[in-house]
Amino acid sequence: MKAITANRLSDGAVLYVGDDESFVDRFEQARLFEPGEAEKVLAQVLNRKTAIASAYLIEAEATGPIGREALRETIRKNGPTVRRDLGKQAELINERL
Amino acid sequence: MYRYDEFDDTFVRERVAEFRGQVARRLSGDLTEEQFKPLRLMNGLYLQLHAYMLRVAIPYGTLSARQLRQLAMIARKYDKGYGHFTTRQNIQYNWPALIDVPDILSDLADVEMHAIQTSGNCIRNVTSDPYAGAATGEVDDPRVWSEVIRQWSSLHPEFSFLPRKFKIAVTASDEDRAAIKVHDIGLRLYRNEEGDRGFEVLVGGGLGRTPFIAETIRAFLPERRLLSYLEAIMRVYNRHGRRDNKYKARVKILVSVDPDDFRRQVEKEWEKSDKDRLDAPLEELLRIRRHFAPPNFEMLTQDSAALNDARRDNEEFNRWISVNSRAHRQPGYAIVNISLKPIGKPPGDISADQMDAVADIAGRFSFDEIRATHEQNLCLPHVKKDDLFAVWRALDGAGLATANIGLASDIIACPGLDYCDLANARSIPIAERIAERFADPRKAADVGELKIKISGCINACGHHHVGHIGILGVDKKGEEFYQITLGGSGAEDASIGAITGRGFSSSEVVDAVDRLVDFYKDSRKPGERFLDAYRRLGAEPFKEALYGETSH
Repeated sequence: MKAITANRLSDGAVLYVGDDESFVDRFEQARLFEPGEAEKVLAQVLNRKTAIASAYLIEAEATGPIGREALRETIRKNGPTVRRDLGKQAELINERL
Repeated sequence: MYRYDEFDDTFVRERVAEFRGQVARRLSGDLTEEQFKPLRLMNGLYLQLHAYMLRVAIPYGTLSARQLRQLAMIARKYDKGYGHFTTRQNIQYNWPALIDVPDILSDLADVEMHAIQTSGNCIRNVTSDPYAGAATGEVDDPRVWSEVIRQWSSLHPEFSFLPRKFKIAVTASDEDRAAIKVHDIGLRLYRNEEGDRGFEVLVGGGLGRTPFIAETIRAFLPERRLLSYLEAIMRVYNRHGRRDNKYKARVKILVSVDPDDFRRQVEKEWEKSDKDRLDAPLEELLRIRRHFAPPNFEMLTQDSAALNDARRDNEEFNRWISVNSRAHRQPGYAIVNISLKPIGKPPGDISADQMDAVADIAGRFSFDEIRATHEQNLCLPHVKKDDLFAVWRALDGAGLATANIGLASDIIACPGLDYCDLANARSIPIAERIAERFADPRKAADVGELKIKISGCINACGHHHVGHIGILGVDKKGEEFYQITLGGSGAEDASIGAITGRGFSSSEVVDAVDRLVDFYKDSRKPGERFLDAYRRLGAEPFKEALYGETSH
């Protein structure tokens, strides 16, 4: 399966395309696409030029990014492995507190 | 320190206003990302894994306390409370929002700083000796000439769209603390036998995927002819540097094809140039030089009773002095290195509070001056020996008194895959784990000088090619692997390290480094550094230590 990821234009933050093709902050809310459909949705996403700076497809399962770029995409999904207090991993902890 | 004149101030302010307009046009959709990208890069703004990254120039690594406080303010207000010092004396912010960047640039302009030419195919921030103006044996303050180059190269219309990026480093000492031999142009100021000052001009050094040590293309260039000669080099490069293949576009490739021919072409270009028009006028040189006049040093004796007493009474302070301080040209003063390599933390990172602490200490004890080093540390250039204990206590209070300069845990590491869009593997966790392995001060002192440098991809921002032990992170079918090189040096005895063989997994690489160090300790002559032992013994026994006899 594929997910569509992007970097938000205003601050570069990592985004994913969610269920209704809107952008979501968390991988857990990302929609997983069949490859053919993913390409089509990506083409539409790339037209949203004032929302994002970049967008591309990644290989993923419900548990997280997989395949060759799994480590890079897991770091994007969570934040730096050397600063657990930063990035999305920190936002998640703060919400739990 | 150099102070902006009205022209400098106007051009930086105008650039901020121009970029503010470009950001607004991008946000409104008038500019596409494709159109905007080269514009943001010209202002030092990259897009990385989690956010944008802004690289701010620190010309020749010199900062005032006021500037460092402003960098702290920016870290606090616009970023996540810290900055990262790079291997080219710059500072990077890892989390700025695009919408804030014009305001950040405006705040930088308030303290005579900017991010211009910290990216793109232009002449980048000129780097120099962090001990400039303080080092013993220096023939002149290299920052005078670095500033001349900065002014000449800033927005130089002819050299704004070079085949590739271009980096210049300047030193005025025999001991090379600016890595001049691995720069596109390295300049060493010295006195010839007649007593005249001039530059040895080296061209074509560099790291990245094809590392080279620079060639000396002119043994002695009278100093007043610097700009016309640089102009000749740039013209030859701009004309003949390849533009069809970015991996072959650096000047090192052009020089390596035929160094003698490159030299001939530069000399020919220089011969026909109008030198008097191109070279900096004497009055301008004098104006710039006045900004780098030595501070008002007190007349002191070389020896400090206060320092001697404190060293005798406090073992930790004594160790820090031995490892982190260096001789100063002025009797009664010392150069203090501030390690940004606390054990188990990312190399080069510094919090906003720590920046403020360093600024305060510099204000009280070092004539308001701070230097950034290319080894990702800071330096207080002019500290009275009588004040060293107070400086150490203040640094210790800010968590900045790690005593490891030049030792195994003083590791250069690029941001790697934790931040960088180009990286193939993480660098920082490897650096942290190696530093932890050599954290014991007695073990580190026993090993002595050992330069470990780690890059997360072949672009070599972590200078791995010139590490005594270099580590290159690679991607092997989605797994991080680390290739080891040995015998590199970025100093006056520069050399490119040789690859040892197959790479190591993340869990193996720290033990591999340990095996190399153990072998060195067993094999060294008294007082012999790791690098010198490697050069004496050759690669084979070190490879055997790494891989065992099965490597043959």
